[in-house]
Amino acid sequence: MNLQRRVALQHGASVAGLMLSLGLLPGVAHAQAAGFNRAAFDAKTLAEVLKALGAGAPTESKDITLQAPDIAENGAVVPLGASTSLAGVKRMLFLVEKNPSALAAAFDLNEGIDANVSTRVKMGQTSNVYAVAFTADNRVLFAQKEVKVTLGGCGG
Amino acid sequence: MADPMRVRAQVKGTGAEVRVLMAHEMETGQRRDAAGKLIPAWHITEVTAQHNGKPVLTAHWGPAVSKNPFMFFALKSAKAGDKVVVSWKDNRGDSRTDEAVVA
Repeated sequence: MNLQRRVALQHGASVAGLMLSLGLLPGVAHAQAAGFNRAAFDAKTLAEVLKALGAGAPTESKDITLQAPDIAENGAVVPLGASTSLAGVKRMLFLVEKNPSALAAAFDLNEGIDANVSTRVKMGQTSNVYAVAFTADNRVLFAQKEVKVTLGGCGG
Repeated sequence: MADPMRVRAQVKGTGAEVRVLMAHEMETGQRRDAAGKLIPAWHITEVTAQHNGKPVLTAHWGPAVSKNPFMFFALKSAKAGDKVVVSWKDNRGDSRTDEAVVA
């Protein structure tokens, strides 16, 4: 019985591997085609996300403004906004520390746009949220705030 | 084809504020259906915005962005009549492009 189960498991694994190599698992294939940074979106902590994106250690900065509610009644829709008056911001990230994957969204900005973006994210539980800005001179700055969630937005 | 986006661009000072509301399920891949099986992730992975044909913004999103996502950004210099084009791609290869005129 045990042996059969092992054999079955092995077969299952190799089939999945084959499908992966042939690009048959649709989600994976499309994600790669779109230039989706799987490693960054799988990372669990701020440090891991920054490492996956090839960035250095972050410093907390008062120049980054993170707009987030103190208490979010519904964790499925938490409005987050980040802005800064610093010049030359090329990328801004939103992270939720205690979500299954920390990184929620990354915005790559061109020079034609203000460093001021916002969106809405899901939060599984009360957690710190981070707004991270990458500047053109390779500084990584962040602001953080704790958002209390009364009803989680993951699982269900 | 996915449902259309709502894109609104309004002049503010010398620039314009753009608000986008997309229609998308944004399934996380964490939830289970009634039979206890994981519902596969289905979410927007990439959003791009163009201002008068010039790319200004590329966003990469994970499944943690809310259902029917909202996005706000601000153009540094824009005037009434300028064209703003927003498009998204999801992890199933579906995509959608909509445009708005700055008012």
